[in-house]
Amino acid sequence: MTINPDLQGRSYPAGEVYTVGREAIRDFARAVKATHPSHYDVEAARALGYADLVAPPTFAIIVAQRADAQLITDPGAGIDFSRVVHADQRFTHHRPIVAGDELVAALHVDSVRAMGGGAMITTRAEISTVDGVRTATTTSSLLVRGEEQQ
Amino acid sequence: MSIPAAELTVGQDIGSVTIPVTRQDLVRYAGASGDFNPIHWNSDFAQGVGLPGVIAHGMFTMGAAVQLVTDWTGDPGSVIDYQTRFTRPVVVADTTAQPGVPGAVLEVRGTIGALNPEEATARIDLTVTFEGQKVLVKAQAVVRLS
Repeated sequence: MTINPDLQGRSYPAGEVYTVGREAIRDFARAVKATHPSHYDVEAARALGYADLVAPPTFAIIVAQRADAQLITDPGAGIDFSRVVHADQRFTHHRPIVAGDELVAALHVDSVRAMGGGAMITTRAEISTVDGVRTATTTSSLLVRGEEQQ
Repeated sequence: MSIPAAELTVGQDIGSVTIPVTRQDLVRYAGASGDFNPIHWNSDFAQGVGLPGVIAHGMFTMGAAVQLVTDWTGDPGSVIDYQTRFTRPVVVADTTAQPGVPGAVLEVRGTIGALNPEEATARIDLTVTFEGQKVLVKAQAVVRLS
């Protein structure tokens, strides 16, 4: 299986809407051992000026990885998911994500570089509300290991 | 939240935290994040793809480490940028039969890496180690101070 070099520059339009639920924020906060009351208690979140529960700083990965899945499962991409390693990750928040947000993510393949029989693929998800308010930009580099690499 | 920027200096320590990790934590993270890659919960599968054993999601480590920063600012929404490279796997031993015993232990320390008085932001550099070796490199969080 080889990575399609023409992937660079490809974009996938915003897919299905991800509605941010309170329980999803609570579950994610527990999963990353976040204890701040604004993840769990609506009044505590409002006291900080948020409309509802505020998501932890890496919560956007849920939406970003759903967008990445469009690329990884694209038969034309040539990516073997069992050989994918997460190499780096960045989140730029334009505004915090809060419960009740309806988010969509457009995915852009910013670069594809051959690396030792495999490839390093850098994707960017532009996350916004369905009303077009920019929420977060996430950048992920995925190393797809070559067949001879462990 | 407001941290008086004038009282901060580059190089200043913001604290440290020890994070115990169990296999159950990885299952919980898988469920909460939607990342069900078996390398994070099945030893045979992990070893079959050349890993030493079940490893933590890189995003679990990244997500857990930033709590030090948000506890310091007092506001989870203060983080406007957060990035890292994942350089070493965190192998989590199966301690399911030994309640209270972690399968791995992460050590997190934060220092102020840069200050931007005009924009009232600070860059916090995180050092995250497992068994004495760094597992994240260039782990940096930029926070709004006011």
